[in-house]
Amino acid sequence: MFLHLQDEGYNGNKLSGRARGKAATLIYRFKSIMQKVDLSVTLCSIPLRNPTILASGILGTTRALLKRVAENGAGALTIKSISTEPREGHNNPTVITFEAGMLNAVGYSNPGMHAAAREFSDLQEIGVPVIASVIGTEHEDFMRVVEGLSKIQFSAIEIPLSCPHTPGFGLLSGQGTPESTFKITSLVRKATKLPIFVKLSPNSPELCTAAKAAEDAGADAITAVNSMGPGMAINIDAQRPVLGFKVGGVTGDALRPIAVRCVYDLYKAVKIPIIGVGGISTGRHAIEMMMAGASVIGIGTGVYYRGIDVFRKVSEEMALWLQKNGYNTFRDIIGVVHD
Amino acid sequence: MIEQPRMINICDVWEETPDTKTFFFPFEGPFTPGQFFMIWIPLLDEKPFTISYIQEEFLGITVLKRGIFTQKFHEKKAGDSIGIRGPYGKGFELQTDLRSCLIGGGIGMASLATIVDRLHNVTIIQGAKTSSELLYRKRFQDMNLCTDDGTLGYTGTTVDVLNALLEKQRFQKIYACGPERMMYKISEICKKHDIEYEASLERYIKCGFGVCGQCDCSGQRTCIDGPVFHQQELIRMADFGKISITKTGERVIHP
Ligand SMILES: Cc1cc2nc3c(=O)[nH]c(=O)nc-3n(C[C@H](O)[C@H](O)[C@H](O)COP(=O)(O)OP(=O)(O)OC[C@H]3O[C@@H](n4cnc5c(N)ncnc54)[C@H](O)[C@@H]3O)c2cc1C
Ligand SMILES: Cc1cc2nc3c(=O)[nH]c(=O)nc-3n(C[C@H](O)[C@H](O)[C@H](O)COP(=O)(O)O)c2cc1C
Ligand code: FES
Repeated sequence: MFLHLQDEGYNGNKLSGRARGKAATLIYRFKSIMQKVDLSVTLCSIPLRNPTILASGILGTTRALLKRVAENGAGALTIKSISTEPREGHNNPTVITFEAGMLNAVGYSNPGMHAAAREFSDLQEIGVPVIASVIGTEHEDFMRVVEGLSKIQFSAIEIPLSCPHTPGFGLLSGQGTPESTFKITSLVRKATKLPIFVKLSPNSPELCTAAKAAEDAGADAITAVNSMGPGMAINIDAQRPVLGFKVGGVTGDALRPIAVRCVYDLYKAVKIPIIGVGGISTGRHAIEMMMAGASVIGIGTGVYYRGIDVFRKVSEEMALWLQKNGYNTFRDIIGVVHD
Repeated sequence: MIEQPRMINICDVWEETPDTKTFFFPFEGPFTPGQFFMIWIPLLDEKPFTISYIQEEFLGITVLKRGIFTQKFHEKKAGDSIGIRGPYGKGFELQTDLRSCLIGGGIGMASLATIVDRLHNVTIIQGAKTSSELLYRKRFQDMNLCTDDGTLGYTGTTVDVLNALLEKQRFQKIYACGPERMMYKISEICKKHDIEYEASLERYIKCGFGVCGQCDCSGQRTCIDGPVFHQQELIRMADFGKISITKTGERVIHP
């Protein structure tokens, strides 16, 4: 069961009488839904209690935060991307919002693979699968990081070949082309037996060919999509771009229609499952993404829109929608728009 | 709310000590002591600062010169503009009728200054390395001061002063901001004497609104779940007083 309502009291254990009453009614309501709708799913032989996954780069910096997101209902978690060496990333502002979404140029700040291997210990105790996100500048770096993290019990490896705002990585170094995608995926395939998810860019005119190249090289799923752009926000009073790196990836509501279209195209192009990411913050968004062809969905910016328990909320809303529309499981809606 | 800085004009600058300056700017809107703003210097960087003065429609920020950003900040004059966004985070939960004690270590005093007037019965303890670093000496006449080098007040730390005061009197609540080891020691004392306690933590802040995960302290995001935490939370946070996180995201022994 995906609900852990006792965790509503996480901030100081101060659940008031009224909140306790509300929690009890919610538990009752969820229990009655859960008897009818099955949200569990198996993704590349990994069992998930529900199809919501924490996207990479949002809160996935420490083991403690992963645990907290799990307590708030996520079906699986992705850590923030890790490189061989530590990186400080770009200067602030690194994350800002606008009317229709978020702009970020964090610049892949991360403590490097050795510190990450120390940080992400005892992952089984978290209770839900944890996915490693692995980045590199050279093709071989991906392999090195996978090896550096090999003692940690990750459930899968995600390789983002799609970041739009970090020199040396992703789009800024041509990693998302079908050729590079094939090479990098093949190298990682040799380095691990874990399922590999290749994360692609919504910008790519070669999206489907890149996905096919990943599938041919042994990828087990496609994560679609990373942030789009880059975009820019200018403070007109300062007459300067706002982000420290000037440009950054666009996520959230603005990205959703693009992400849905990417997943729709990919569903026809590859046989392996698709993890649909981009602008999902409600159960209806999640179902829309699944109808386009996603087997499970990722949530990032949704944490900003609706709080850390967005995973629980989205799962609840999916269950309600499915129940209302006469489905026992969301698996029946995957790809339905394609007939 | 849209999380982007907007430009405001600095209207006054006060020199507090050789290394700290207070910048005043117009601001209307609610603000709880302990909350913070992100201050943007275009093309340079953006960093967190708490409010140290609330005066009608003006707020003040007291800035200690530490590195590149705060050096550039110190070059700003009345009439210059800076970007701000916020207020962010959870401030102090003021219990005005309790007999309380404020404990500020170094620049941490800035975060506590705005609550002095709101408490009815308050004792202030302030500590610094040396006398020239002590803040707001004209503003708050009646403080228990201490310095590491003994140049003013008691020679020793705020923790020593607190222990001495507790031999003669009782506090019902303590508010603290300063070096984390200091705040940790005070937490132990509060546990022993059964005193309510709130402390404001410092962690590396990137987004400021709870999405990047940079400011974690044992699963709590300092920027949105804090920076002020209550004793009940502090004792559950294994990293409090022990581990902090660098700009890369590495967890290291707290300096
Ligand atoms: C919630 C909060 C409120 C603060 N309020 C004040 C205040 O009122 N007055 C004041 O003088 N200082 C305050 N600080 C600290 C202030 O943000 C840093 O001193 C400042 O960012 C240093 O920048 P720098 O470039 O001058 O120094 P640097 O050389 O970059 O860094 C010096 C030290 O400052 C800290 N620091 C640097 N960047 C950040 C960051 N983005 N977030 C958090 N810490 C950082 C680090 O510990 C670093 O070791 C506050 C910090 C936090 C977290
Ligand atoms: C602040 C922030 C940091 C991110 N960092 C990473 C990262 O380190 N690695 C990565 O593969 N994607 C990263 N992303 C992209 C997200 O994982 C996700 O693909 C994207 O945000 C779209 O989903 P959303 O609209 O639900 O946020 C980041 C996104 C944001 C907003
Ligand atoms: S600074 Fe980004 S989560 Fe706190």
